[in-house]
Amino acid sequence: MRALLFPQWDGLWVVLAWNALLVGVFVGIVSVVGMMSIWAERKLAGHMQSRLGPNRVGPVGLLQSLADGLKLMLKEDLIPQGADRLLFRLAPYLSFIPPFVALIVLPFGPQFVYESRLSVGLFWILAILSVEIMGVILAGWASNNKWSIYGAMREACQMVSYEIPLGLSIIVAVAAAGTLNLVELGHLQSGGLHTWLIFRNPFVFMAFFVYFVASLASNKRAPFDLPESESELVAGFHTEYSGMRFAFFFFAEYTAVFVVSAIQVALFLGGWNDPFGLLGQWYRHAAAAPRGMEIFWINVVAAAIFSAKTTLIVFVQMWLRWTLPRPRIDQVLYACVKVLLPMSCVLLLGGVLWEYFVPSRLGAPWFNYQPWNVYQWWKLAPGSLLTQGLLSLIGLGVVLWLTAAMLHAAITGRGLQKRLTDPEPLG
Amino acid sequence: MNFLALTTSTADWSAAAGVTLFYLFAALSVVSALSVAVSKNIVRAAVGLLMSLLGVAGLYFLLHAEFLAAVQLVVYAGGTLILIVFGIMLTSKSPFSHYEPKTREVVIAIGVGMVLLAAIVGAILSGPFAVVGVETEGYPITQLGQALLGDYLVPFELASVLLLAVMIGAAYLAKSRRRES
Amino acid sequence: MEIYLHHYLIVAAALFVCGLCTILVKRNAIGILLGVELILNAANVNLVAFNHFSHGGTLAAPRLDGQIFALFVIVLAAAEAAVALAIFLNFYNNFSTIDVERANNLKG
Repeated sequence: MRALLFPQWDGLWVVLAWNALLVGVFVGIVSVVGMMSIWAERKLAGHMQSRLGPNRVGPVGLLQSLADGLKLMLKEDLIPQGADRLLFRLAPYLSFIPPFVALIVLPFGPQFVYESRLSVGLFWILAILSVEIMGVILAGWASNNKWSIYGAMREACQMVSYEIPLGLSIIVAVAAAGTLNLVELGHLQSGGLHTWLIFRNPFVFMAFFVYFVASLASNKRAPFDLPESESELVAGFHTEYSGMRFAFFFFAEYTAVFVVSAIQVALFLGGWNDPFGLLGQWYRHAAAAPRGMEIFWINVVAAAIFSAKTTLIVFVQMWLRWTLPRPRIDQVLYACVKVLLPMSCVLLLGGVLWEYFVPSRLGAPWFNYQPWNVYQWWKLAPGSLLTQGLLSLIGLGVVLWLTAAMLHAAITGRGLQKRLTDPEPLG
Repeated sequence: MNFLALTTSTADWSAAAGVTLFYLFAALSVVSALSVAVSKNIVRAAVGLLMSLLGVAGLYFLLHAEFLAAVQLVVYAGGTLILIVFGIMLTSKSPFSHYEPKTREVVIAIGVGMVLLAAIVGAILSGPFAVVGVETEGYPITQLGQALLGDYLVPFELASVLLLAVMIGAAYLAKSRRRES
Repeated sequence: MEIYLHHYLIVAAALFVCGLCTILVKRNAIGILLGVELILNAANVNLVAFNHFSHGGTLAAPRLDGQIFALFVIVLAAAEAAVALAIFLNFYNNFSTIDVERANNLKG
């Protein structure tokens, strides 16, 4: 990106300044995502429980997170008496660094990736999120509090068990795509809705849902939030943390939610592309004769689409949190080992056999083939065209139905402004 | 290093960055390994091992072995170390108990370690190892997969059979016996 | 200033010696396991370093034998840690201590 926008500047100090700017952008992303997620969570929780959420601070309560951050910064920094001081201090950082570092490979646009040359991009995210487990265990252990240790051990069991269906469902999609590099995955899905990986074959379609459930458990998100179950263990493994240390855990959790949703979007839901393939076509025209500013604007639009899709997945995760009850730890592990694990093994077998027997279009749309040329597809790979068409129609139908249901509720219910500002709850 | 002169060419500073990163990761690994050997609290030793594993993963990245670095993080740091920490939690009576080794043993251990270190470092420095890395564009993942299922298929299958045996054995060994003997 | 092969080998040697000292000094059985893991890591660093610095392939098709060896070592280390912990748990259940100095039933 720097070579495209500022080709005449080079050297050590330019690179350092550019990298400092990008690090600032990432810190900004983490902070904004954290703040907006906390606000959205509380507002969603409120409206789903027939009450308003925070509505005093700022227009719709938007500045509530700032007020919370200020409060947390001013709290007393407390280390419990019998706690192991070094490990108590280390745990929030061990928990926060992995999701922050995972942001470096997220493809916000074809050039808006901090490190695009990593050939194992997807696997790197999986690997670095495994280090987060250690932070949670240390937080529980170093607090010298038996409720924290219970929370930490449950958390470790759950996260480690759910990594297996997580990895296996990723492998199903990677087998259909042929690459682990996230930027290439984005280019592979740039031809329109039917080129998105989720519609590539029915096994990847089901693997998306397996991955979604496994990612909920891996983030300790409801309904799998036993480690921080508010009604059972006070606050689980971060009971003894207060002030900015607690804020670190919160930032870590919401950044991890963002990262995992971003993986789903990048891998299954088309990355930075729109459902009509327009961005892919624009990029192909621009890549023939690259000019700095045009590529920059393509990337900005791509980043906006990517963030919108990720926000949608985060919204669905929060929706689930305030809807479903919480299972016990043995039910959680039952769901992992006896339901998700066999399912993902069968999906892996099916997905790999499908790739072996059914011929499909390979390469990047617009660059290697015309994705909307149905006649060519029918002649070369009819099986994959039929599957992709059918699945895309099903997916489109579901999205349209959901949109219609939400519009219906908005139109026939009370008006949006009245609903957001009226102190009387719905009768 | 003359930093001002580095502002002119791109290639020089990336080599300097590589050198700095190597010393950073190497220092992380070795200092954490020392803390594993020295610390009396077993949980701190486990955290030291975690830092050492992270440093070694960084060294793998510098050696362009990206897949291996990711495997090291997933399996070692996110699997084996969690297992070890679970074992620590299950076998410790109080979180802060520690066992003191006798002074004579510590002296002998340090002596043996120093002699071995001197011998190995002497052998390394007197051998033909001052070579520069062979140029690669990185190791492609497809080649790794083809090697694992091609040349190294038999060890791959044997490793999976071994892991199955280990799972069964460990589950049986760690099962609590409720029978009265 | 370049990083040569012997830099990596010296780092691996330092890790090896730290692991060896850990095995010799610790009385907690799990501490000994930590030392064994350090030694295995040192061997892995050696393997991957040798693979990178003299792999005998071409620029476009480098050989990966050292990395595959290191991959198998990681897998086997995980398996061995699992079995070792199962044995330690058994030992703890029988002797109610994890101190290896107390494992002297067969002594004398």
